[in-house]
Amino acid sequence: MPDLLLELFSEEIPARMQAKAADDLKKLVTDRLVDAGLVYDGARAFVTPRRLALTVQGVPAKQPDVREEKKGPRVGAPEQAIAGFLKAAGLASIDQAKVQPDKKGDFYVAVIQKSGRPAIDVIAEILPDVIRHFPWPKAMRWGAASASPGALQWVRPLHAVVATFGPETEEPDVVRFSIDGVSSGNVTYGHRFLAPDAITVRHIHDYEEKLARAKVVLDPARRQDIILHDAKDLAFAQGFELVEDAGLLAEAAGLVEWPVVLMGSFDRDFLAIPDEVIRATIRNNQKCFVVRDPKTGKLANKFIMVANIEASDGGKAIVGGNERVIRARLADAKFFYDTDLKTRLEDRLPKFEGIVFHEKLGTQAARIARIVALAGQLADIVGADRAKAERAAQLCKADLLTEVVGEFPETQGLMGRYYAEAQGEDEAVAHAIEDHYRPKGPDDLVPSDPVSVAVALADKLDTLVGFWAIDEKPTGSKDPYALRRAALGVIRIILDNKLRLNLSKLTAAHSAVVAGPRHDGGESNLLAFFADRLKVQLREQGARHDLVDAVFALAGQDDLTLIVRRVEALAQFLDTDDGKNLLAGVKRAANILRIEEKKDGRSYSGETSSALLEAPEEKALAAAITLAKVEASAAVAKEDFAAAMSAMAKLRPHVDAFFDKVTVNVTDSPNAKALRENRLRLLNEIREATRAVADFSRIEG
Amino acid sequence: MRGAQLLATASLQAVNQDPARSFQGLILTLQQFWAAQGCVILQPYDMEVGAGTFHPATTLRALGPKPWNAAYVQPSRRPKDGRYGENPNRLQHYYQFQVILKPSPPDIQDLYLRSLAAIGIDAGLHDIRFVEDDWESPTLGAWGLGWECWCDGMEVSQFTYFQQVAGFECAPVAGELTYGLERLAMYVQGVDNVYDLNFNGRDGDGKVTYGDVFLQAEQEYSRHNFEHADTAMLFEQFKMAEAACRRYLDAGWDAQRKHHRMALPAYDQCIKASHVFNLLDARGVISVTERQSYILRVRELAKACGEAWLATAGGGAA
Repeated sequence: MPDLLLELFSEEIPARMQAKAADDLKKLVTDRLVDAGLVYDGARAFVTPRRLALTVQGVPAKQPDVREEKKGPRVGAPEQAIAGFLKAAGLASIDQAKVQPDKKGDFYVAVIQKSGRPAIDVIAEILPDVIRHFPWPKAMRWGAASASPGALQWVRPLHAVVATFGPETEEPDVVRFSIDGVSSGNVTYGHRFLAPDAITVRHIHDYEEKLARAKVVLDPARRQDIILHDAKDLAFAQGFELVEDAGLLAEAAGLVEWPVVLMGSFDRDFLAIPDEVIRATIRNNQKCFVVRDPKTGKLANKFIMVANIEASDGGKAIVGGNERVIRARLADAKFFYDTDLKTRLEDRLPKFEGIVFHEKLGTQAARIARIVALAGQLADIVGADRAKAERAAQLCKADLLTEVVGEFPETQGLMGRYYAEAQGEDEAVAHAIEDHYRPKGPDDLVPSDPVSVAVALADKLDTLVGFWAIDEKPTGSKDPYALRRAALGVIRIILDNKLRLNLSKLTAAHSAVVAGPRHDGGESNLLAFFADRLKVQLREQGARHDLVDAVFALAGQDDLTLIVRRVEALAQFLDTDDGKNLLAGVKRAANILRIEEKKDGRSYSGETSSALLEAPEEKALAAAITLAKVEASAAVAKEDFAAAMSAMAKLRPHVDAFFDKVTVNVTDSPNAKALRENRLRLLNEIREATRAVADFSRIEG
Repeated sequence: MRGAQLLATASLQAVNQDPARSFQGLILTLQQFWAAQGCVILQPYDMEVGAGTFHPATTLRALGPKPWNAAYVQPSRRPKDGRYGENPNRLQHYYQFQVILKPSPPDIQDLYLRSLAAIGIDAGLHDIRFVEDDWESPTLGAWGLGWECWCDGMEVSQFTYFQQVAGFECAPVAGELTYGLERLAMYVQGVDNVYDLNFNGRDGDGKVTYGDVFLQAEQEYSRHNFEHADTAMLFEQFKMAEAACRRYLDAGWDAQRKHHRMALPAYDQCIKASHVFNLLDARGVISVTERQSYILRVRELAKACGEAWLATAGGGAA
């Protein structure tokens, strides 16, 4: 079966857009092929800075034939209706239609036979359409054609299109189409500098081969392999180790068609700059890799660049040029760093009074003051030195005003730590400045030093409470202030450090600080948000979300560490037979209660009367409930949830026996009404007793 | 004797014009190159601007249907970039070489690469790259897509396909090339400090460096830009330029608002307002929120000037 080869040859495509463009091209073309009945065997897309290519293998030469029946009007219908039907069905006269009986009479039916068109014709319609509507993040017009409205838009000017179709063993046909003056053909071009001549291509195999000879590595994965392999080798040969960087690797591979890896060096004096700043400078500005000394783990004064040509001097000029640029860049970075060191962090703070954090949440200075206050309170709770926590909170944002962070925002926090260390701050304070942003993502470390914990929590809680107070909550996929991440950060810090916090008290108090008179009690809402995030977090760790609900449903649950321990104990309990049966019993009790309460239009809460307990099973149950309640609340008070569950487990045989032997809706007793009510109260007591550990009605199963 | 003197003059000229040895030679070579491609070689616009794009030969000529190919050097002033002559790479006044080709020719990338070859950058020896860089000028209401052009890791030019200028679609699209002349010269001359650039291509006593020409100016203007520029006067000047621009625009329209007769003088005032704003910004007297509103005010002027230009003969109005 024939194969399709498509190449869209253009001026340089931005590296960051290449991978998605290849995926989009494959999906758009193959979806359209399938829609047209052309089911193919396989497809692959490739991308280089100058070309977007696709091969689809095993496309049928022709669309399948289709037979379609179209139901028309009734026989004897008005002439107008029949004429309309003929037109819609493409028939010349009504004689060409069949007559078919139906429940309501005879109807005309048009049988339309469509023989499949040659695939090449269908493809010639699909491709220009895909090209015209290609989803580039940003597209442009160019050249003389751009004077007319509706001119073709592409990521950068499109110069040539290769489109061939045919079996591998034969000379393929060109899929003929033309789009804004660019006609499809079978000619492409090699590397811009090394082999710029025209190349005639047939199929994917000779296409890939000829391009390789013309110094173009078509497959981006292959270019990445070459770069990674050669970079590691070069570093190793000099006794160093490449600092791997997947993002940079993909970008570097997106900037070259013929990767040539070279190594350069810079003055050792620049190693006085923090490694992260050197790396950011070399990576962000020059798209080069850095290498480290495997013995010390520190950066070496070398860097690795990826050129696009095999230079006639073996790369000397290229290395020399890159070294000069990197020297200038590092000189700038060093200047920034040295300049920053001249100003103490606290001396930068007054500037925050003129910087708005958020229109409705005041200045950065006001925000810092809130974080300081909150970090101080938290310090007492988490066992941190209060003065240190307040000092760290005071300084934690100061590096935002430094030159280095201005230049490389990703070094925020880290630079704060360096500058704090340089000005002789306490080690815990310096680390808290760096760590207060943590955890930055699901894989990031969670701070554990108490001072860091206090500041990290204060920063996140202030953000959350603040945005809640002004009603800027995340909605759907929109979370511009990364509030979900902040909440998850709070949860992880609390759980990992087994902290005991009354979140609702804390957030309510802080809400009053943030919002002042506007304080509207939105924090209960915030607690529900924490509950949601906690559920997501626990579910990811394999816990059942209904158990989280069952625990959260109890009043006053805002201590995340306890909640999780309760959930764990509950899960273990429900894994036992006692747990399962007790759950069944409680649910049964709740069901009966619901039905009876509805019937009677009243609820059966309140104490049971021991005088009205007749059957030995109900007496035993009542006694067991009293005992279980006492034991369970004692255990809960000691936070021994396993013991609380064991106390509950003791209820189980009595609940089972009660349902076995005792009839709730008594009829055969003179005292039936009072007995029934008392028994319903007893059922309620079962439900109430289990509330010492969880709301069983929220548990599934 | 006469013959010998002529010969000496000719070879001296060759030395002076070698783009790898003299700053002015670099400029002359680029002018020669683009002249040979049919460009009109213009002279710098006689007003203070932040970039070559502000020259009406780019901003205004990029609008409208008429073909237009031009090249020129434009002294560019960025008051905030002053470093009192102490930074080897940063200047508050520098030169851009600007090329505008409308509509953008299909071989514009090749033309650009050939211009690099003309100034001695051999693509067989140097790693030349087109790295994504989308251009936007908030004050001009303009944007385009293109690249930074890298030579061995150094950005030597900006390459932009204008999509919109003064808020209007470019139809057809113009291609704009901007060479940072000092940087390019530092590269081809192999010099690390801009002030060490050989300006006139001579050696020994006859040599004039970039520092000889501009160091004092950088020091003086840095003092001016950061410390002494008269802000009260500048605030006044901004208002005056803005008002004048509006007035000239109003006066230039005909009764049907179909034709405009004073787009260029009005645009001068827009340029003026923009530069005055840059000076105020360098003096640090414009707050963050105000900054945005000043940019918007200049943009409104630029848009109104663009609209006026499109109603002139140069802008293609019948």
